[in-house]
This record gives sequence, structure tokens and C-alpha cells, in this order.
Amino acid sequence: MILYILPLRFQDNALLVDLSSTLSEVFKLPVSILQRTLPLDEGYDPVRNQFNSSWILSRLLKLTPEESCKIIGVTEVDLYVPVLTFVFGEAQVEGQVAVVSSYRLRDELYGLPKNPERLKERLEKEAIHELGHTFGLIHCRDPECVMHSYTYAEEIDFKSKNFCTSCAALLKSKKNKFNDMI
Amino acid sequence: MNLTKNDKPASILVVDDELSVRDSLTKWFTEDGYKADAASDATEALKKLKPGKFDIIFLDIKLPGMDGMELQHRIKSVDPNATIIMITAYASVDTAVKSLKEGAYDYVTKPVDPDYLSHLVSNVIKQRRLASENIQLREQIQELYEIDQIIGESPAMLKVFDLIKTVAPTDTTVMIKGESGTGKELIARAIHSNSPRRFFPIITVNCGGLTEGLTESEFFGHEKGAFTGAQYRRKGKFEMANGGTIFLDEVGNIDPKSQTDLLRVIETKQFTRVGGDEIITVDFRLICATNRDLELAVKEGKFREDLYYRLNVFSISIPPLRERRSDIPLLCNYFLKKLAAGINKPVTGFSSEAMEQLKAYPWPGNVREMRNAIERAVVVSKGSAITVEDLPIPPSSKAVPEDQSLESVERVHIKSILDQMGWNITRSAEILGIDRATLYHKIEKYGLRK
Repeated sequence: MILYILPLRFQDNALLVDLSSTLSEVFKLPVSILQRTLPLDEGYDPVRNQFNSSWILSRLLKLTPEESCKIIGVTEVDLYVPVLTFVFGEAQVEGQVAVVSSYRLRDELYGLPKNPERLKERLEKEAIHELGHTFGLIHCRDPECVMHSYTYAEEIDFKSKNFCTSCAALLKSKKNKFNDMI
Repeated sequence: MNLTKNDKPASILVVDDELSVRDSLTKWFTEDGYKADAASDATEALKKLKPGKFDIIFLDIKLPGMDGMELQHRIKSVDPNATIIMITAYASVDTAVKSLKEGAYDYVTKPVDPDYLSHLVSNVIKQRRLASENIQLREQIQELYEIDQIIGESPAMLKVFDLIKTVAPTDTTVMIKGESGTGKELIARAIHSNSPRRFFPIITVNCGGLTEGLTESEFFGHEKGAFTGAQYRRKGKFEMANGGTIFLDEVGNIDPKSQTDLLRVIETKQFTRVGGDEIITVDFRLICATNRDLELAVKEGKFREDLYYRLNVFSISIPPLRERRSDIPLLCNYFLKKLAAGINKPVTGFSSEAMEQLKAYPWPGNVREMRNAIERAVVVSKGSAITVEDLPIPPSSKAVPEDQSLESVERVHIKSILDQMGWNITRSAEILGIDRATLYHKIEKYGLRK
């Protein structure tokens, strides 16, 4: 199995490289950054000035190179699903695709000075979280587990990049099951 | 955030005609560990709805066909305990407020803030759990005080209370003996409620109503397909009573095969379900009751002697009402107060003639008959006191028929009970302490008519 990162209107290449090595370390899988473009215009809602993350997932599914892979789109645009005001990211539960946005993870959005290190940490946690969903994990009660769901950017700093014991065990069994299937 | 690994996940239904809203909400709830389902209109929602199936229902105010407000009423009539949260656009906030007045828990305006949604659902689930715990605790407290419901100050009843207090904290098997209507089940519940097993269930089995084929399945449960009609695996009463008490009412009516089964489970505390081979071990305390003379049944070979001695470890005999007449005024006033309050009727006492008649009546159906008589009197009473005319018992109960043969007395008595009970065969048979078939036989034998 391989994990692909697809930049979607994402300029910071250094951040992508860091993300790539973190994901590889956490999921113990090879990670590759895809050099493809995916136009996002159709997923844009001018009234909300946001991009529909469910629409992006549907496009990512068409791009998926093979069955034995997962692909995560990483973007700087603001994401939403129709019934919610915003999302940090979205994933196909027990599926192949996920998307994560750095837009609301930036301190400067909340009137604070830029903090590249904090942005990197938050983006990594949210990317791991969304990819966790693609392995079939749901939200966890443990506030330090990466699968814990937070809805404020500063709360993401409470959790770690790690899975708690039970989520880690579940992830392992889901990965094994997946490997048996392919 | 919302559930532990051992909890059953809360179940949520999303009713909205917009596919994107249904999809995004069900996905959001699924990721949060809830069990989520969706319906696109009222018809589909009502098809999916069953009492207790959904904890929370998100309901769009504007739906094609039947609108959200009307659907809210329909949902409440099917499942009044479901928590309804309305989904609205800015334009329909007024309607949403109206829906709150009709019983909806809250409303969310599209698009909803994820943090708000998360807290809203989490709060609803906390509230529902507290409400459910509250009900359970109330039931437990009610059971604890059940001994207070046994009324009596006569020496015979004071002795019964002493016996209950002595035996309750132990694990000893108890045999309660008494005529029909004397309150044997109430005594069994009082023993359970004052025992260390009180936080586990007390399971009652009415052995009088079981046929030979049914008893085994009722006692021990059955596996799916064990016999024709066994479509699902079902737990038996002994399994259900695990940790608590099993109360076998009318134990003298158990057929010989089931007597053997019962003896085995008492001795080993183990059994298998009908059609199964898994050995199930249970921990229970046994209380049984009978209105039959079991010693005689043993002598006649109708009841196993070894089982009788297993059941008759600690015996409590409840005296019939005619043998504790000093309790009659106390019981009458207790039932009057309780029953009048139940139907909100300002009946506060008995005329002196009515009380004399109540004290003189032999009460063959015991306390149960008295309760029914007073209930009827409260219903028909027009004043603040119950009069002789209100009472459904013969005005001169001491009068005896000229023909005093046993058959004649029985005929008159059966007719009297049937008339009092409006010819309700089941209730009359209960009061007379015989089964329905026997009552029908006697009606035919004596040529009784309404």
C-alpha cells in the first residue's frame, strides 16, 4: 500500500515534504507527493467563498491511481460541507480519499502572529486524523489521541500526533485486513 | 466525546430532502461514532421510525409533501421519547420557534457551526442518559419500599412481617403459602426488595398458566429453530433472573417433567436452552408460592417429594382476610385513599353501615377482592363517603341459604362472585381460587346464567 499527497492550490512545498515524512513514519507506509493538477473551480461556492470538500473527495476518487493506495488532498483554501459552516478536512470513512485544509489552522486568521511551526504541527495532526478515517477509525474520547475531534484550531494543539492504544490496535487490524484483501 | 467503548451508540435519523445535507450530516455523525440513518421525506422517515429506534431526529422544516411541523406531530405519536431537532434556513426561523413550542428540543440554522452541533448532540445524549438513569433509580427506590405496601397490624400479619425481615437478608429458598388474593407476590417482592439482591431483577413466572410444552422454554429459553415458531433465540426466566430472584407463583401446578427440570436447576444452578447445548450457569434466589396443599399433593404422588423439601426450606403462611378481621378497616382506608387519589375523586371515608358490612363480609377472594370492591365503590360513589349502596358485596353477607348443602352454598357463592365481577370469568376464577376451566365446568353444572 502507498499513500499519495496531492497538493491542491498549496504553495508551501517545504511543508509538504515535512508532512510526507511524518505520514510515512506514523502509518509505516511509503508516501509520495503526486505532481498532478486538479481544478477546484467547480467546487467553489461564491456565496460562501468556500470550497465544497465533498465535491473535492468525489474528484479525488477519480484520480486514485490504484486500489491499493490512499490519497489525501492538501489545500490552502477554506473548506465546507453544505450543512456546516466549515470543516478542517473530510474523509471517506474506510475508503481511499481524504482532504485537509490549512486555511483555518493558521494563527494569522485569528489575529495572531504567523507561527509556521504550529501550522506544521496542526496540519500533520489533521492529515493523520483524516487518513485515520480512511482506515475506518471513528472519533475517539481520549483528548490526546489524534482521532479526537476538535472544532477549534487552538484545541488541536491539545492532542498529540499519536493514536491512543485502542485506536492504534484498530488501525493495525484494519491495515492487516486491507493487506489480506489485496 | 460521546460514547464509551461499552456503550450502545446513540442512534440519529436525519430527515432532509437535500441529498448533500443528508450525506454530510450522516457522515459527520458516523465519524463521531453514532449510528446514523437518513430519510428524504416524511413517508420514508415514518417507514423507518419505530418506538425507541432513534434517540435524536434531525428534521428539516421544509419537506416535500408533509412538512416538518406535521411530521413532528406524527413522530411524537409514534415515539414520544425521541428528541427532535429542527433544521431550518434563516427564512424559517419563526416556524422553528413554533416547533419548539410544539415540543421540539432545539433548532439549528443551516449552515450550522460544527462546534455547536457537536455540543448540542452531546448534551442531548447526556440528558437522555440522566433521564433514563433517573427512571431506573426511581423504580429501584420504589421496590425498596414495597414492604410498606403490605398492610396489617393484626398479630398474624405482624408475625409475617417478622418472618420477612428474618429471611430477606439471607439466600434461603422461601415458600409462601396462602389462599388466592392474599398478596403472595407482594410478600415475594418485599423479600427481594430487602435482600442483597435488590439491585438485580425479580422475575415472576406464573406456573399456573403454563402447559407442559411451554414450561421448559419459559424456564430455560430456547435457541432459534428449536421448535416450530422459535424464530429467535430467547432467554428463559432463570437466565433473566441471574443475580436476582426468581418467583415461581402457583408452583404446585407444575407438570411432572418440569418438576424434574426444576429440581435439577435448583441443585446445579445450570441448564441448557431448549434446542441448545451450551451450559448456562446462573445465580438466583428462589421464592415460590402456592395456594394448594402441597403436602397432600406429595402424598397423592402428584408432586415430587424431593422437590417439595427443596422448596419448603423457609415457609411463610399468609392468613386469609377472614382470620385477621381487625385489619379490615385499615386495609379499606388504605385502598380508599390510594384509589380515590388515583382517579382524583374526593371520597374520604365510609359510612358506619358500609364499614360494618365490610367487616362482616367473609372475603373469599381476600385482599384482591377487597381492593376490587373498593375500586368499584370509589368509581360509583357520589358523595364524600362510601355507602352500603356503593359496595358490590351482598348486603347481608351473614345470611345463609335455606338449603345448606355444600353444593348449594357453592352455587350461591359462585353466582354471587360472577355477578359482582360482571361475569368476568378470569377475575371471578382468580377470586374463587380456581382455574377458568373449572369455573366454566361449575357454571354448566349449576346451570348459572347472567
